[in-house]
Amino acid sequence: MSAAPTLEVRNLKTHFFTKAGVAKAVDDVSFTVDKGEVIGLVGESGSGKSVTGFSIIGLVDSPGRVVSGQVLFQGKNLLTLPDEDLRQLRGNRIAMIFQDPMMTLNPVLRVDTQMVETIKAHDSSVSKADALARARDALGQVGIPAPDERLRSYPHQFSGGMRQRVAIAIALLNKPDLIIADEPTTALDVTIQGQILFEAQKLCSETGTSMIWITHDLAVVAGLADRISVMYGGRIVEQGAISDVLDHPVHPYTRGLLGSVPGHNTRGQRLYQIPGMAPSLLNLPQGCTFQARCPKADDACLIEPQITEPVPGRAIRCVHPHLDADEEIGV
Amino acid sequence: MSETVKHDPNLAPVETPLHRFMSDYSDSAIAMVALAVLLVIVFIALFAPFISPTDPYDLAKVSIFDGKLPPGSVSVDGVTFWLGTDGAGRDLLSSMFYGLRISLGVGVMSGVIALCVGSSIGLMAAYYGGRVDTMIMRIVDIQLSFPAILVALILIAALGKGVDKVIIALVLVQWAYYARTVRGSALVERNKEYIEAAVCLGLDKKRILFRHLLPNCLPPLIVVGTVQTAHAISLEATLSFLGVGLPITEPSLGLLIANGFEYMMSGRYWISFFPGIALLITIVSINLVGDQLRDVLNPRLQK
Repeated sequence: MSAAPTLEVRNLKTHFFTKAGVAKAVDDVSFTVDKGEVIGLVGESGSGKSVTGFSIIGLVDSPGRVVSGQVLFQGKNLLTLPDEDLRQLRGNRIAMIFQDPMMTLNPVLRVDTQMVETIKAHDSSVSKADALARARDALGQVGIPAPDERLRSYPHQFSGGMRQRVAIAIALLNKPDLIIADEPTTALDVTIQGQILFEAQKLCSETGTSMIWITHDLAVVAGLADRISVMYGGRIVEQGAISDVLDHPVHPYTRGLLGSVPGHNTRGQRLYQIPGMAPSLLNLPQGCTFQARCPKADDACLIEPQITEPVPGRAIRCVHPHLDADEEIGV
Repeated sequence: MSETVKHDPNLAPVETPLHRFMSDYSDSAIAMVALAVLLVIVFIALFAPFISPTDPYDLAKVSIFDGKLPPGSVSVDGVTFWLGTDGAGRDLLSSMFYGLRISLGVGVMSGVIALCVGSSIGLMAAYYGGRVDTMIMRIVDIQLSFPAILVALILIAALGKGVDKVIIALVLVQWAYYARTVRGSALVERNKEYIEAAVCLGLDKKRILFRHLLPNCLPPLIVVGTVQTAHAISLEATLSFLGVGLPITEPSLGLLIANGFEYMMSGRYWISFFPGIALLITIVSINLVGDQLRDVLNPRLQK
């Protein structure tokens, strides 16, 4: 991993300027994605993980705005790139996959039309026959049987899992360097979810494509990602290699999150529950955003915690990390 | 269909939207009758020169001695006037066929142009939002607050007579309805994920607007289109009746009605009556078809 990272996000801040106040949806988020690496971006609803994804490709809708920070994609800062250059990158070098496969395909256009226009939008010199051949290959790549026939189908003729495969195939068409997947398997049932994860993993290792996998499902990330970033209240609270973070969570929030996942040795017991609710982004507490729900919170938490690196490759934002691995969860 | 297609267990049942649309539409007997009547009217309008018993505009064939004959009379040349003749001795049935052709032509033409103009403007308003949207929609609001006939009269007064002038006036009166309809549904569609996905794929703006957004706004547009076409036909008839619409050389149904109006009280009802009935049937059948289209295309009314 000595080469420059595919994507480097530095101190990204995206705020929403609403009538009720400023919502700091993404507040000082930094992470890197290396070539061929899968990053899991985990957090509950409203933690800012999707907004982070949209900020990277410059599609934050009004009243939201990227306030400061840098998004370096292969060395270029995407935040200062002209619109036309950014459009050329989208769908070409950076692709996005959305949550609901029922909604991401245009219902009135055939699959081949949608795939061919994606190729032609970025390289108008490609002939229609070549574009169709590439579309067919991409469908085959994501495991769609009889791609020739399926190309001529409309989205409503596909099942949910198949549609998500088509959406992924469209994302893959131009062999992007980075794929941002925003909860792509949340709307699918578990067997389909497994297949999609398998395809995604295979693609990353085969093509060297990097991926940011946004999800709230720790089980998905556990099997897929190389590294994980846990977000809470618009900030990354814990970051590190997947096995380190899942086996030895250090931040109280990560510990709570992991403790609330049912496992075979917690059978029959009441699961741990993080007390309270996620804070409103409009009215975040001063200092650490997690303090109101944290069992270890004290006066020190009123001052905004800085990112520390207790071990190389591991970052946390907490003044009371659980560095002792045997401590019981939730205490 | 070749044997390679279908039988894939992953395929949803083969029911194309068109099939469903057709079977939903045929649910209503009245709508089917209206559609049949409308098709006959369109046929008459298209082939008027070939199916008319006489050519009412060939002055050599028209005899003033045949003037104001009641329905069923036989001319001096032995031609039967099934619906009578007008003051100048023209066969009313033939005049109506030609009149229908002009009425329908002007109505459909202005409807199609207004649809193109209005939906482009409405689409722009929805897509750009903000100040562009506000400005366009205020103009629409102001225009819609005046009665259509008043606006049309003023425009005709300013533009002068002629088929092209009438079409321009009708387009200027009607574009606002289309603009408002398209804007409404485009605002809904714009926020759907497939548009966001299209932006993420780096497609250019024009393509997203016309290939992705517009086709998804079509159902309400089709409904408004039919109703507005009927409206345009009656508006044109009104203008012609008032004598400010089409020139006397290209008489539409409205002008035929106006021609017979003076004889109405002297027992020669047919000169106004039959063109009036034709106009009525045309507009009612278009409206019935439009109503059924609205029911079929509106997901909320779906059984």
